[in-house]
Amino acid sequence: MSHSNSSWKTDFLKQANEAGISVEQLAIGPLSLWQIVSSDWQRFAELAVQHNLRWVAGWAEQEQEQEWFLINACFEKQGRHVLLRTRVHNPKPELPSQATVYPAASRSERHTQDMFGLNFVNHPDNRPWTRHKAWPKNSYPLRKDFPAQGEPEAVTPPDRDYPFVKAYGAGVYEIPVGPVHAGIIEPGHFRFQAVGETILNLEERLGYVHKGVEKIAEGRTPEQLARLAGRISGDTTVGHCWAACMAMEQAAGIDIPSRAALIRGILAERERVANHLGDMGAICNDVGFAFAQMQFTRLRELWLRTNAQLFGHRLLMDRIVPGGVAFDLSEQAGIAIKREIAHLRVEFSEILPALDLNSSLEDRLYTAGFLSEDLAAALGTLGYVGRASGQDFDVRRDAPYAPYDRLAVKVPVETQSDIASRFWVRHKEINVALKLIGQFIDLLAPGELRSAWQTPTEGREGLGIIEGWRGEIITYVRFDAGNTIARFYPRDPSWLNWPALEKLVLDNIVPDFPVCNKSVNGSYSGHDL
Amino acid sequence: MLRLFKKILATGVVTERVKAPKDDELEQLGIEIKRHIDRKFSGSIAIREVDAGSCNGCELEIHALNNPFYDIERFGIHFVASPRHADVLLVTGPVSRHMQTALLRTYEATPDPKWVIAAGDCAACGGEFGISYASCGAVSNVIPVDMVIPGCPPTPLALMKGLLGLMHR
Repeated sequence: MSHSNSSWKTDFLKQANEAGISVEQLAIGPLSLWQIVSSDWQRFAELAVQHNLRWVAGWAEQEQEQEWFLINACFEKQGRHVLLRTRVHNPKPELPSQATVYPAASRSERHTQDMFGLNFVNHPDNRPWTRHKAWPKNSYPLRKDFPAQGEPEAVTPPDRDYPFVKAYGAGVYEIPVGPVHAGIIEPGHFRFQAVGETILNLEERLGYVHKGVEKIAEGRTPEQLARLAGRISGDTTVGHCWAACMAMEQAAGIDIPSRAALIRGILAERERVANHLGDMGAICNDVGFAFAQMQFTRLRELWLRTNAQLFGHRLLMDRIVPGGVAFDLSEQAGIAIKREIAHLRVEFSEILPALDLNSSLEDRLYTAGFLSEDLAAALGTLGYVGRASGQDFDVRRDAPYAPYDRLAVKVPVETQSDIASRFWVRHKEINVALKLIGQFIDLLAPGELRSAWQTPTEGREGLGIIEGWRGEIITYVRFDAGNTIARFYPRDPSWLNWPALEKLVLDNIVPDFPVCNKSVNGSYSGHDL
Repeated sequence: MLRLFKKILATGVVTERVKAPKDDELEQLGIEIKRHIDRKFSGSIAIREVDAGSCNGCELEIHALNNPFYDIERFGIHFVASPRHADVLLVTGPVSRHMQTALLRTYEATPDPKWVIAAGDCAACGGEFGISYASCGAVSNVIPVDMVIPGCPPTPLALMKGLLGLMHR
């Protein structure tokens, strides 16, 4: 992949023009906003896929007057994101589906159908997705006239008639799992069809932890939104909070102080390290190798205790605020962090060779849970899942933002595409993160921690794009009058990584599902919203 | 293999001592619950953790209870895979409406006598999410709750103190 500064946009727009797609060029801050008519929606996607644009995110919004819906789709190529937008009229809001060409867009469009009642014509899978039974079929929570409180029944009935894919044949049987799982883990449903031990098909049914994040965000102040964003997915509290704040800052036209940006970078990298430590242990534990689980959870605990001591919260919640950060980092703290990093490197040098040479791990992790590079690309898989299957993309390097724009970020990529690959990519990502933390500490200079907030004018919008520990996070924000939120959409990388799990477990044995699942570790909460 | 043993030996035992809760109210509750546990359970309890809609922050800290620093099993507290094996339901999250029936069924599947602990601010009062078209708010809005452990998320120590309050040994 080329990371040159040459922009593909001019070429692409020319081709679109030749194909008869009229693109009105606008901008949201530094971001290109392309507006087209809704009838061209699918044809644009066809052209985009031919030009190897990656489908990134999709969401909708109802205009205040309730007459029109705005439909957005974000694309990316060579680190340049473009927001595509169209409008459809209310009485019969419909437009052609992009999921026909981009499988990555499928669930997102289903979510939009459930939340807004927009009809994506010719969608390959028109079943509900986020909606179970918490609200009636023909009412849509993200429409302006839908009250946040809804009109719920005393007890929400179970979603028992969801039309799962069926498999028939001698010896085929079905295994339903969840929503309450057997471990300390978020809820969701998995439906397996298997023959003997071999998985023929897996279907995910998510949406169980849908708690109305997008709706209850409406009317919040920037501070209140930052707190909510920090709880979209608890393990990505820094990532989502940062993306939401970045979107709001862009809408308000605020630059954050460089000291605040560096501290945000340190927080994000600490979050990455903590989660990878936990997951590396859990992957080993899922194949019965308790030694590694104990070592990694020990290291994670030490890491979280440092968080508590230096930053005031083990998981780093609410440390990032609109305009900057909520706390400062002393010089002594910087020294302590560097000492901790040196210590962690020594620990790694003792633990990792023991794992690398372990035949029982090799036996279980190699070749299992294979996700081919082509499939990973087609599904738009992100973060360590994508990077273990050859997807060389990282916002920190390809679309750098402060403080990553001040130094070179190395992006480890592997092509073995199995569980072991996802394990070792995580290890390499930890090493990159440790280096970055040290560099950020060195760059810290005295300065402000927070820029003064300026109320954005009504209708101002912003897009936060950051590399969370699971991968690229895209967060859209639009302001109302009076400094409150009109629309908030956070796209967790899990939206694009969950479908990969359905594919990478095929032909594996059912008992290997937990370790396949853990190697992906999608967020349920971040996805269900 | 040698490397492995070497690391195990060099790491040693990191498990820490945990002090009993000082909170009077908690202590009183603990004494009362302990009387029940001693009478019915011979000093050991099995917990079924149920995420009823959390952001997964609470799960991370509940997981930490099993790390070698806290090693909660030494107190006779262990996590089980099925509600049918459980004495205690440790419930997190505001209860999402999509999880309401699942939580009710899990509660019904847990044999009596049983206790429900609502862990975390969301489980305690709805937290950042409150009550909406998608969320029932506090766990007590859906099933009876015997104990609340606040925090966003509660630290492993806070969880431990809550659980110790329940066991009070």
